[in-house]
Amino acid sequence: MANKLVVKNVEAGYGSVRVLHGVSVEVAEGETVVLLGANGNGKSTLIKCIMGMVRPEAGEIYLERDGQRVDLVGRAPEEVVNLGITLVPEGRRLFPKLTVEENLLLGAYRPDARRAIGSNIEFCYKAFPILEERRRQLAGSMSGGEQQMLAVARALMSAPRILLVDEPSVGLAPIFVSRVIAKIKELKERYNLTVLMAEQNFNQAVKIADRGYIIVHGQIEFEGKDAQALAGHELVKKYYLGV
Amino acid sequence: MRGRTLLGVAVAVVIGGYLTTRFVSHGYFYFASYVILQYIMLATAWNILGGYTGYVNFGSAAFFAVGAYTSIVLIKAFKAYFIFLALAGGLASALLGLGIGYLTLRLRGVFFSIATLALAVVLQTAVINWGYVGGARGIYILRARSVPFFSSYTEFLFFMMVVFAVLSVAAAWWIENSWVGRGLAAIRDNEEAAECMGVPTLKLKLFATTVSGFFMGLAGAPFPYYVTYVEPSSAFNLDYAVNSLAMPMIGGTTSWAGPVVGAILLGAAQQIATVTISSAWNLLIVGVVLVAFVILAPEGLVGLALRLARKRGA
Repeated sequence: MANKLVVKNVEAGYGSVRVLHGVSVEVAEGETVVLLGANGNGKSTLIKCIMGMVRPEAGEIYLERDGQRVDLVGRAPEEVVNLGITLVPEGRRLFPKLTVEENLLLGAYRPDARRAIGSNIEFCYKAFPILEERRRQLAGSMSGGEQQMLAVARALMSAPRILLVDEPSVGLAPIFVSRVIAKIKELKERYNLTVLMAEQNFNQAVKIADRGYIIVHGQIEFEGKDAQALAGHELVKKYYLGV
Repeated sequence: MRGRTLLGVAVAVVIGGYLTTRFVSHGYFYFASYVILQYIMLATAWNILGGYTGYVNFGSAAFFAVGAYTSIVLIKAFKAYFIFLALAGGLASALLGLGIGYLTLRLRGVFFSIATLALAVVLQTAVINWGYVGGARGIYILRARSVPFFSSYTEFLFFMMVVFAVLSVAAAWWIENSWVGRGLAAIRDNEEAAECMGVPTLKLKLFATTVSGFFMGLAGAPFPYYVTYVEPSSAFNLDYAVNSLAMPMIGGTTSWAGPVVGAILLGAAQQIATVTISSAWNLLIVGVVLVAFVILAPEGLVGLALRLARKRGA
């Protein structure tokens, strides 16, 4: 099943504030694409548009699946999740007063995922042994890094084809950032996921990126065909290396 | 397996309820039991929305009164059978729940609660000005002189309330142990995250307001036959709003057992106070107990018992 996520000329915002001005992004099957940009440039808004949590004012968002086009605009988040797209939200957004295991079970809310719940939870515990140790613990009582791991594991419980990751590095110690990023790469390779990751930490993001976009003030300023092209671009130097 | 055990308990309670009417003839027993059963229903219904989903409803009295006044209309207009009254009362209240849910569920937290409070005030004013159902003067309802299988109408009402209470508790149990309940818990804990994970939040919240409304209406529908004289201030009484919220909080909001325990304990305490001191003390008792529980056992009696059991086990 070939999946391609296409975002074309999307304009979106909140109330009268326009955040995205004609953004186009494509993610092909099996790719890891990063969306780079500092805070407030529209990364999260774009992700929310894909998930159906923000409705774009103009433009198209669709999946190309086996030559068929599946429109995403106008769908509720639960329908988007049902199409195999799952988000690891910014700031983790766990269910802090539920246990680790309950959090994981909720990741499998979509009907397709409920059927495979037993094997998926086993797989999550294998991928993240710490979560099995803490399965009865309340999610809110874990450390930030563990919580981020849980957020990733919870998203995998829905057995997604496409994983959207919004700012996995926020609020984490540098060592945890590397670990989370490495984990995403490992899982991606093992399960042939397609990943779109929004991140401001360029040095970390570029470690796992096949290619990427730089978004500035709601517009795609640069499209890097590979990690090197991104690293060499002047915007990256300007934003991240301070030259 | 656990479900089958509980089904057995439910059937036993219903049979026990019927047998009680064969052997007990003390009038006050039925009076007090009716009130407690009514509160089991109200507390359980409140908890589906307030406890499982985390949306605090201050307007329970409105849902209760809609059930009561729906049956008054049907009695006046069609002399409808009891079971139709009860179902219609439940459905009218369920529709109210659905409508209110649709209009207000975008309001989160305290704003939703204020809206439900306003609902009770608006509906009471409407009923006061509606002559057909008695308006502010109130209305007398005549009971049927006899009912088959029961020696008095009071006993019949008591038995029906046993059945309804068992139904509402069974519904709460089912919700709690299904994907619906899991989704509601997600909404309670973090609504935005629930949305991200593909939990159909709007549908589930509407389901909760509707089911909660249904059982509140079902609790209110037999009320005209129980008191035989209904006026707006009795049907919209503050007691209903306060008790249906306090009972689950005291019993524990995370499981079906909490509201049942809370309703039995508080309901019985209020009956004892009514007999020994004065009914004016009822709300005061609730208030004091509620304050004590919020401070000492915020998870309610059931939560407290579970914690102690866990401590002993560990």
